[in-house]
Amino acid sequence: MKIVAVCGMGIGTSVLLKMNAEKVLAKLGIDAEVEAADMGVARGAAQTAEIVLTSEELAEELGDVPAEVIIINNFFDLDEITEKLTAAVE
Amino acid sequence: MALNLSEALSSIATQADATDWRAAIRLAGDGLVAGGATTDVYTEEMIAAVEKHGPYIVIAPGIALAHSRPSPAVLAGGLSWVSLATPVEFGNAANDPVSLVIGLAAVDHDAHLQVMSALAGVLSDSSAMERLGAATTPDEVRAVLGDLAAAA
Repeated sequence: MKIVAVCGMGIGTSVLLKMNAEKVLAKLGIDAEVEAADMGVARGAAQTAEIVLTSEELAEELGDVPAEVIIINNFFDLDEITEKLTAAVE
Repeated sequence: MALNLSEALSSIATQADATDWRAAIRLAGDGLVAGGATTDVYTEEMIAAVEKHGPYIVIAPGIALAHSRPSPAVLAGGLSWVSLATPVEFGNAANDPVSLVIGLAAVDHDAHLQVMSALAGVLSDSSAMERLGAATTPDEVRAVLGDLAAAA
């Protein structure tokens, strides 16, 4: 499974989101590759990914993509990430 | 032992006064400049990033990660810490108001990953954040971060 963590710049928030998503995926036993990307790269990457993780503001900016877009409010709340990823994978 | 975040911090300010989100980001930018990580231009780039993409840098309740992309205004990787005396609104519905602004500068997309990993560890530790929120001086912040690194 391919997952893209998206932020505006590709160095800060998306990297933190990728790290925490990887923790959650490992705990859930889901085999997935998580890529951190900025908005420009993400528009391309989101065409082939199954899931996009991002914040509410950036989800609007990203627009329509074939991947399922999951909005994360608290990037450090592993429970929130677990719940939303589980729901998306099932 | 995990990387000690206090050693990665270019500067720490506590009980800082900011009237709005731009002023709060400027304080984080000033910390990066003081630490020799960036020039003033980077501070304006961090503000422009929020103007362009919205207040998405408020990544958890009360916490903003101010940053822009690698640019000529970044002289070295750096991290600054600004806790505010009075929280300010960034316009982020889920996570306002902000009481901690962390400024981040990176020279490329990979060099700062170890620091980011340490940062993620601290910011996702709610009891650590409670202790850090109660710290009123830079020395207290450093002491808490040092304890966390030793315990990790």
